[in-house]
Amino acid sequence: MATTAAELPLDERLSRIWETRPGLLGALSSVDHKTIGKRYLVTAFVFLILGGVEALVMRVQLAHGALGILSPEEYDQLFTMHGVTMLFLYASPILSGFSNYLWPLMLGSRDMAYPRMNALSYWVFLLSGIFLYSSFLVGHAPDGGWFAYAPLTEELFSPGVDLDFYALGLTFLGISTTVGAVNFIVTLARTRAPGMSLNRLPIFMYGTLTVSVSILFAMPPLTVACIFLFFDRQFGTHFYQAAFGGSPMLWQHLFWIFGHPWVYIVVLPAMGMVSDIIPTFCRRPLVGYTFVALATVSTGLLGFGVWVHHMFATGLPTMTLSFFSAASTIITIPSAVAVFAWLATIWYGRPWFTASFLFMAGFVVLFVIGGVSGVMTAAVPFDWQLTDSYFVVAHLHYVLAGINVFPVIGGIYYWFPKMSGRMLSERLGKWNFWTMFVGLNVLFFPMHILGMLGMPRRVYTYPVGLGWDTWNLVETIGAFLFAVGVLLFIINVAWSRAFGDRAGVNPWNAPSLEWSIPSPPPVYNVAVIPTVASRHPLWEPELIGEQKSRIHEGPTLTDGRETMATTTLDAQPLAVLRMPGDSYWPLLLALSLAAFFYGALLGWWWLIGVGAAATFVSITGWLWPEPPAEEA
Amino acid sequence: MSGAGDVGPVPSGGERGGYELRVTSYELTILRLVTRNSYFVTRLRKLLIGAAAALLLAGCAESPTYMTSSGAAGSREAALGWTLTIISCAVVALVAVLLVWGLARRRESGTGVSEGREGVSWIYYGGVLMPIVVLLFAFTYSTVTLTGLHHPPGEPKVHVEVIGHRWWWEMKYLDGAPEGVFYTANELHIPVGVPVHLDLRSADVIHSFWVPKLAGKTDLAPGSENSMWIEAKEPGVYLGECAEFCGLQHAHMQFRVVAESPRQYAAWLADQRAPARVPSEPDEKRGEQVFANAPCAGCHTIRGTDAEGKVGPDLTHVGSRLTLGAGILPNTPGHMAGWIASSQAIKPGSYMPTIYLKPAELQTLVSYLQSLR
Amino acid sequence: MATATTTRSLPVGLRGKASPAFWGMALLIVNEASFFAYLLFSYFYLAAVAHGAWPPGGRPELKLAIPNTVILLVSSGTMWWAESGVRKGRMGRLKLGLLITFVLGVIFLAIQGVEYASKPFGLRADAYSSLFYTITGFHGAHVAVGLLMNLVVQVWVWRGLVTPTRRQAVTNIAWYWHFVDVVWLAVFTTLYLSPYFGLR
Repeated sequence: MATTAAELPLDERLSRIWETRPGLLGALSSVDHKTIGKRYLVTAFVFLILGGVEALVMRVQLAHGALGILSPEEYDQLFTMHGVTMLFLYASPILSGFSNYLWPLMLGSRDMAYPRMNALSYWVFLLSGIFLYSSFLVGHAPDGGWFAYAPLTEELFSPGVDLDFYALGLTFLGISTTVGAVNFIVTLARTRAPGMSLNRLPIFMYGTLTVSVSILFAMPPLTVACIFLFFDRQFGTHFYQAAFGGSPMLWQHLFWIFGHPWVYIVVLPAMGMVSDIIPTFCRRPLVGYTFVALATVSTGLLGFGVWVHHMFATGLPTMTLSFFSAASTIITIPSAVAVFAWLATIWYGRPWFTASFLFMAGFVVLFVIGGVSGVMTAAVPFDWQLTDSYFVVAHLHYVLAGINVFPVIGGIYYWFPKMSGRMLSERLGKWNFWTMFVGLNVLFFPMHILGMLGMPRRVYTYPVGLGWDTWNLVETIGAFLFAVGVLLFIINVAWSRAFGDRAGVNPWNAPSLEWSIPSPPPVYNVAVIPTVASRHPLWEPELIGEQKSRIHEGPTLTDGRETMATTTLDAQPLAVLRMPGDSYWPLLLALSLAAFFYGALLGWWWLIGVGAAATFVSITGWLWPEPPAEEA
Repeated sequence: MSGAGDVGPVPSGGERGGYELRVTSYELTILRLVTRNSYFVTRLRKLLIGAAAALLLAGCAESPTYMTSSGAAGSREAALGWTLTIISCAVVALVAVLLVWGLARRRESGTGVSEGREGVSWIYYGGVLMPIVVLLFAFTYSTVTLTGLHHPPGEPKVHVEVIGHRWWWEMKYLDGAPEGVFYTANELHIPVGVPVHLDLRSADVIHSFWVPKLAGKTDLAPGSENSMWIEAKEPGVYLGECAEFCGLQHAHMQFRVVAESPRQYAAWLADQRAPARVPSEPDEKRGEQVFANAPCAGCHTIRGTDAEGKVGPDLTHVGSRLTLGAGILPNTPGHMAGWIASSQAIKPGSYMPTIYLKPAELQTLVSYLQSLR
Repeated sequence: MATATTTRSLPVGLRGKASPAFWGMALLIVNEASFFAYLLFSYFYLAAVAHGAWPPGGRPELKLAIPNTVILLVSSGTMWWAESGVRKGRMGRLKLGLLITFVLGVIFLAIQGVEYASKPFGLRADAYSSLFYTITGFHGAHVAVGLLMNLVVQVWVWRGLVTPTRRQAVTNIAWYWHFVDVVWLAVFTTLYLSPYFGLR
């Protein structure tokens, strides 16, 4: 300890080691997980707003039958980009933002295992989002639906660059997702504070860990599907063309082998946040921690065995249908376990009605509504009626808006004090909750009814006189109410950032490690690497009568950017890990990849070549070793 | 009668039309397009007034809901659907009650953190036992229904090939001698109480055949040889829709299923098998000439004439059909004229081009086509 | 239990299979393996739904593919030989092993190119040809990436940036190279051998 010559205090020394250079150039090179996490959150939120505006425009068009506000071309682009934006550019990245920001703080670590890859995954996310949205600039956004069924998306039926943006954009984004997943897995395996064994992790981390492992196996089928599609469109291959021995069903299998795990990928971390936040506000540990952790992992696993339930109406054999119907039914049980764990925690706790808690409690209802409508679609004969009708639109929006957006907004209410050092307004927060909760139900619940009234999805208009108009108008009103709720949230964040009450270290009296350090956290996160002795380090005095975890004493690691490496299962100290500093290579690599993908889009071979060469140079430069001189 | 998807009376003989009428921007566009001709302006004004009246009636129209079914398969699906809906509502209600009760119930005061061992039994009973019981029931019921629907209740007597096109439906009636095979479009006539076998094929992209009131949907995909059966238990006209997104005019890819008594069906079949009626009135004869000279014959077939195009719907008996433009307009002379003169305004992106004709030519063409009963 | 208030007893940095660098490579391999698994899934799927003969042009020729498989397997051996060299501190063996591996990899790609030229069908003939060229092409691209890794590490070795104690880069590219070989065995079995086993 204290090997630096300076007589500076510890926090000063650590700050000097970990600080990013000021200014734009410094910002572009930063690998600080907190900076990257906040960038992820803000960028993903911007995409949420873009996707939301797209939805509002569509809701205006659908407010009544036979309106002509949008042309079919415009509507098709809007609903496709709405889906692509919400599922790929919002739902998963926003959770990556939380995980990026919070994991090292929860783990008592100074950064993620691969800080530079963390920066890379953000830059690639940003650039692939820009890539996808640049399609609007040329007036040719993807228009084949977010699951882009071939052969509609083949060049014969969709000429132009629309679907090339889609195929290449998702392949590009997949790099970010995969790199991020690898980072989370290794961070969890290597950089937990000593003593933080696997049974002491917050459930949120189980959620992110599960989805990270899922991503390793779930992104490749999407990448394969998109590459095949791109090759079919540009190089004349025949993967999805029945006339040449290909099969449109191949796309559906590949897409849904990716797609269903993806649904869990965008909800499991959010459910984990709920499992951690409800106990804080109920003043007691989660009921059935082990069950909920196992439920999270098993949902991720079972998620790979249910993809065919998106294809019940494609004419598959009855045996196949029964099998996947059974699998889709069984996957309900882990979710039911989680629901009753939350209910019991509330029942046996002492609820503290903060805005954040309201979002969590409201979430439980939305979760169950989205869950039971899912079970209904698992029943094959009834699914033949439900699928591709508005009922499914209702179901998937309860899942995504209910199970993702609600925990996310509630999570911001919970962690914003930590990130900014200021509290969000509780009063505005309660208005925010009720507008969003009522808005969401007014918006999405009638969609169940419309589905049952026979309204198909993805229609840019519908005939008047089928009893659909009134419900559609109600939905449009609900959509704007929901939008007002989101606006209240933005106002709250903007106002509180400047004028909110000071937060202090642990405003909610929460149990996990991120609440043991100042708000906002210093660049180095923790002045000393803590040693953890229980699942709730900050609740030990109240739960077991003494503080067993050592929060404020331990190794300081001031010889450079260092953090503690521990063993995978029980987190015993293993080594001191040297961490890389700020770097421009991640940004350069991301730009190189962007050049490559734009080259492929435009068919400019020279640009593809430049992109590939720059990619090679960036990776080589990134990995170039330091001379080993001082090692002796 | 104004409902499109409802169980309306089967139209008989000359009484047709009266399906949903739509006051839309299309109509106004048509108005603008054909202002030059006062005949059409008058026609369209009448039409707009009629449409406004229809709008008023529209509120009474029934939806094509599948929760009450007129089909043999649809009834079993609806029974399953109601059961699942009721169970689902009960589960949501249970959780909501437990949640609200849990939030509101009285507690001893204090703000400290405490750990109780209680509550894990909630997971055993509510999280594991209850779902297993409920799901086992739901899955068993669903699987019994599934296997029960695998085969139709009797041997199908009627075989039709349904071919999905962007954005219309082609029906090929396969029964009888090879020379009795014929094509029609956007209208499926079936006898009541008889299972009908449908071969589902696609000419381009994936579509999905859906008549909510009769049965669940099945996809039509290139390269796959799907089939399904439907059986109407009650006579009526049922709305059919494309349920798989298939491009620009997916929203306007509808059809009608006309379920009628076996006797009526047999009569319809005989009419449809006959070649096109030879025009008798002078107007109709001139219309036939217009049809031959305009680009129509390049895409459409009228059996018994030189028109043998295979791109668009067979028009041999177009005058007998209920709707135009894949189920979106009632088949009246006014709508037919509007459809021919401004199909791209009504159904932008469809493969039916706007046909530029002199007003008089258009009028005779409509007379001719309307005579093709 | 070890609470480690002091870190003096702990090593600085992690080596071998505990190091983040190795974990990263291992997870990359898992991800890539699943990528190839789905490519091969696509092959079997389209084979299963094919109407006519599969492969459409008859069973594939083996007279280039079998020697090429042997070449790639031998290159895995030479890579192992090189890596075990650096573990024992024999830098010369490392240099020679990497070079031989590199040359074998280049020969593999060259033979693959010859085979492409000799095929009677092109990429656009039908779904089978699309699969054949795409799957072998992606494998070839991975071989090429492996060769680039090999080249860069050779440069590092010659410049003294890799030493017997700092050999993680060699371990990582060796694992990648073995992975590329294993993938080839799967590709070879699927594309070349399975038609002979009567699997369509």
